[in-house]
Amino acid sequence: MIELRVNGRTHRISADADTPLLYVLRDELELNAAKFGCGLGQCGACTVLVDGIASLSCVTPIVLLAGRQITTLEGLGTPQQPGPMQQAFIEEQAAQCGYCIAGMMMRAQGLLQRDLHATDADIRKELEHNLCRCGSHMRILRAVRRAAGLMLASGSTGVTAPDPAQPSAYPEVTAPPDDGMRRPAHPDLRERPQR
Amino acid sequence: MSAPADAALTRRAVLQGSGALLVSFSVGWARPAQGAGAGAGAAKLPGSLAKSPLLDAWIRIDADGFATAFTGKAELGQGIRTALSQVVAEELQLPLERVRLVTADTGRTANEGYTAGSHSMQDSGTALRHAAAQAREILIDEAARIWKLPAQQLRTQSGVVMGPDGLRATYAEIVAPNLLHVTARSISQLTQPDQFRVLGRPLQRIDIPAKVTGGAAYVHDMRLPGMLHARIVRPPRHGARLIEAPLQAVERMPGVAQVIRNGNFLAVVAQREFQTIKAMQVLAAGARWQPTAALPDEAHLADTLLGLPAQTRVISQNTGAACGPMQLEATYTRPYLSHGSIGPSCAIAQLTEGMLTVWTHTQGVFPDRQAIAEMLGLPVEKVRCIQVEGSGCYGHNGADDAAADAALLASALANRPVRVQWMREQEHGCEPYGPAMVAKVSACLTGGRICAWNYDVWSNTHSMRPGPAGALLAARQLGKPFLEPEPKLIPLPEGGGDRNAIPLYSFGSSKVVHHFIHDMPLRVSALRSLGAHMNVFAIESFMDELALRAAVDPVEWRLRHLQEPRAREVITAAADEFNWAARPSPGGGRGCGFAFAQYKNLAAYCAVAMEVDVDADTGRTQVRRVACAVDTGQVVNPDGVRNQIEGAVLQSMSWTLFERVRFDATQITSVDWATYPILRFSAVPHALTVRILDRPGLPFLGCGEAGQGPAAAALANAIAHATGRRFRDLPLDPARLRRALAPQLTAR
Repeated sequence: MIELRVNGRTHRISADADTPLLYVLRDELELNAAKFGCGLGQCGACTVLVDGIASLSCVTPIVLLAGRQITTLEGLGTPQQPGPMQQAFIEEQAAQCGYCIAGMMMRAQGLLQRDLHATDADIRKELEHNLCRCGSHMRILRAVRRAAGLMLASGSTGVTAPDPAQPSAYPEVTAPPDDGMRRPAHPDLRERPQR
Repeated sequence: MSAPADAALTRRAVLQGSGALLVSFSVGWARPAQGAGAGAGAAKLPGSLAKSPLLDAWIRIDADGFATAFTGKAELGQGIRTALSQVVAEELQLPLERVRLVTADTGRTANEGYTAGSHSMQDSGTALRHAAAQAREILIDEAARIWKLPAQQLRTQSGVVMGPDGLRATYAEIVAPNLLHVTARSISQLTQPDQFRVLGRPLQRIDIPAKVTGGAAYVHDMRLPGMLHARIVRPPRHGARLIEAPLQAVERMPGVAQVIRNGNFLAVVAQREFQTIKAMQVLAAGARWQPTAALPDEAHLADTLLGLPAQTRVISQNTGAACGPMQLEATYTRPYLSHGSIGPSCAIAQLTEGMLTVWTHTQGVFPDRQAIAEMLGLPVEKVRCIQVEGSGCYGHNGADDAAADAALLASALANRPVRVQWMREQEHGCEPYGPAMVAKVSACLTGGRICAWNYDVWSNTHSMRPGPAGALLAARQLGKPFLEPEPKLIPLPEGGGDRNAIPLYSFGSSKVVHHFIHDMPLRVSALRSLGAHMNVFAIESFMDELALRAAVDPVEWRLRHLQEPRAREVITAAADEFNWAARPSPGGGRGCGFAFAQYKNLAAYCAVAMEVDVDADTGRTQVRRVACAVDTGQVVNPDGVRNQIEGAVLQSMSWTLFERVRFDATQITSVDWATYPILRFSAVPHALTVRILDRPGLPFLGCGEAGQGPAAAALANAIAHATGRRFRDLPLDPARLRRALAPQLTAR
C-alpha cells in the first residue's frame, strides 16, 4: 500500500509500486484530466504538479511519490467554480480537441505559482515541453497571460480552492454520453483585438 | 396558459409522448409535411435532408421544454457541437441552453457518412437549419389549428408560440406524437440574417468547460462497470506473419484475463491498465514475425513514386492561343505525413445479448459499423457504433482500427466491456499516413501574364477508409483474413490526390494531369485537406516563382489571373490585414510570402500572408506574423471559424517545416515525438490574425481545411523571399535549409 496525497486528499493505493502515477490517477482515482499521450515523457499530456513542480505522470512511478503533494487539473476548480487558470482558458476558448490542454494548464500553473510575472518568453519556454496538434498555441499563450492577470488581481493562484467535488463516473455509461455537457449560460466572447 | 384552447393543450401536454419519444429511428415513408405543395418533393432537399428527409430524424421536441437535435456528424474538436446547436437554437427560436445535440450514433442519428472534407456545416448545418425552421412552422400551424386562428397571427419566442390576447403555449404543449414525423420540404422560412440572435455570434464552446476542468470529455475517459483493458501487439510491418508468441507465459502474468491470438492478430486483456501494458511488452518482446517485402528507399521516394504504374487522367484542359515554349519548370515533393494525434486511438466495445456496442472516436460511425459487422460476420443491425470524442484526428488515423480491435476482443469476451488504447509507437507506426506526392509544373509567360500552364501530380489514393472490413487492420490480420480493398479515386470536383490541382486562375492554355498510383508502398488514407495541401503548396509556390520572373508583386500577380470576385476580395483582405504594401524588403534573412486557394475550388476561400526570419546558420525559420482572410459563407460562430483557421495555419506550418514519416527497408522508424518532431512553442508565430469576410445569408462553406494549403505555400514563399532560394521539397526543416544556406558550416 502506498499513500498518495492528491488534490488535498489522501488515498491508499494498492497498485504495484512501479505503476506510473498516470494510471493510478485515471484508473484507480477516476480522475480524467491527466492524459496518456506517449508514455515516454515526450508530449506533456500527462503533466501534473508534484510539490508545485510540473511532472510527467506517465513516467513517474508511484513509489517515488509517497508524502508528496500531487495536484491535477481537477484540483484547480470545477465547472461551477473554475479557478483562474480554468477561467482564463474558457475565456480565451483555448482549446480545439483539448486533449493536450490539461497538461498545458498544469505546466502553466506550475510556472505561475513560481512567477506570476512570467514574460511571454518565459511562458513559451516553459510550454516548449508540451505538444499541441490542433494548433491552439496562440490561444494557449493568451490564456496563460490572462490567468496570470486573474491571479494577480485576486491575489491567489487558485490551488487553495475548496476541495473539488468527488469525481463522478462517466455520465450515462450505458447510454451515449451525448448530453453530459454542462450548460452554463453562453456569454458572447468579447470581440477583442487579436495579438 | 390562459386561453380558451387550454383544455386541449393541457391534455396534449399530459399525453406528451410528443415527437420526442419515438424509439425507432425515422426512416421510410411518412405523410408529406403540411403545406408541401404538389411537386415540392421533386426539388432537392437542402443539405443532408436529401438523404434523410424525415424531420424527426433531425429535430424532436422534448417534454421538458428542450429540443433534441440529431446530427450524423461528429465533434472532433472542431467545435461543431456548438455551431450546430446555434443553428438549431436560431431557427427553432429556443435558447441555446435548451438545445440538446445527439451526434453520430448508428442507433439514433442519420447516416451522414464521414465527418470530413469540411462538410459538416454544409451538409448537417444546412439540414438542421431547415429542419428546425420547418419544425417551428409546423408547431405554429398546429397551434393555429388548435386555437382556430390563422397562422399569420402567431409568432414564436423562446420556445413558446404566442397569439393575440395573451394566448401562449410552449412547444412541448403543442407537439403531438408524430407531429414532426413528416417529410421535409425543399423550401423553409429561414430566419433572415438581420434577425439572428444566436447564429453568427461568437459564443463560447459547449465542450470546453469539461475539457478544462477534468470532466469526462473523451472516449478515453469512459469507465464502464466491469471494464477490462486491452493492448494489441502489432507486427513490425503491416502484413507480417506471426510465427510464435509466448501466449502461455503471458497468460500467467498478474491481472491477465486472456491472451488472444487469431491468425496474426495478437492481444492481451487484463484487469488493470498498467498490468495490461506490462503483459503487452512481454508478449511483444517474445513475438517472432516473418518479414515482408522491403519498403522503398526513403532517400529516393519521389523517384520510387514516379516509377510506379499509374492511371493517368487529364482532369482539365483549356486550349488557348499558341505561345512559346515553357520557360520555367519545377518539381515539388511531399513526404508521407502522420496525423500525429496527441492521444493514441482508443475504443470501448461490449457484446451484450448478441448486440455489439462500440464507443469510438471514428469520423464515420455508419461505415465503421459496416466494416466491423462484416469482419465479425454479424448483421449490421447487431452492431451499434457510437461516436464519442477522442483526441483530434485530422483525418483517418487509428480510430477505426482501434474500434475494430475493441470489437474483436469484446466479441471474444462476451458481456465484458473491453477498452483498447494504442501505444504511442502504434499510433505513429500503424496508422495510415497522408500520402507522399510529387507535382511537376511548367509555364510560359507572355506580356506579363501566364499564357500556358502544365501541371502533373502523382499520388496514391487519399481514402482507404472503412466501409469494407479489409480497411481495418484487425480484419487483415485474422486467421481468415479480409483483403485490403482496392484503392479508389475520389472523383472530382472534390478530388483526392487531385484536390485543388486545377488552379482557380485563368491562363491562356492549361493542362492538368492526375497520375493515380495504385500500389501503396506505405499504408495511406485521408489526412486533413487530402491532396490540397500539396497541390496548393506547388501551385502557389510556382505562381510566386513566375511572379518573380515577371517582376510583378505576388499579390498583384494573383489578382491579374483571377476574375472571381470573392476570391479577389479574400486576397485583397489578407493583403490589407497584413499591410502587404508596407512589408519589409527582403534581406537579413527576413522575408514575406503570400498564398491563396479556394478549398476544393468550391468551398471556403482563404488567403494567408506570412513574415519570417530565416537563420542561415541554424536553418531555423521563425514565423514573425501571419495574417489570414477567409470567406466561408454565412458564419455561424466567428470565434469557431477563427479557431479553425488559426489551427490550420499552425498545423500546416508544422507539416511544412518539420514533418516526414521516416522508414528503413524493414520498418517505420518515426515512432514517437523524438523521431517525428512537430511544431513546438519555440516555433509559434509572434502574432496571428484572421479576418472573416461577412457574407450574411450565403450558404455555409465550411472552414476546417481551407487554411492548410495556403499556409504551407505562404510559408514557402516567405522563406524564398527571405533567402533568395526556392525550396521545393517538403519539409522545409532546419537541416535542409542549413545545408543549402550555410554550406561552409556543413562542409566542415
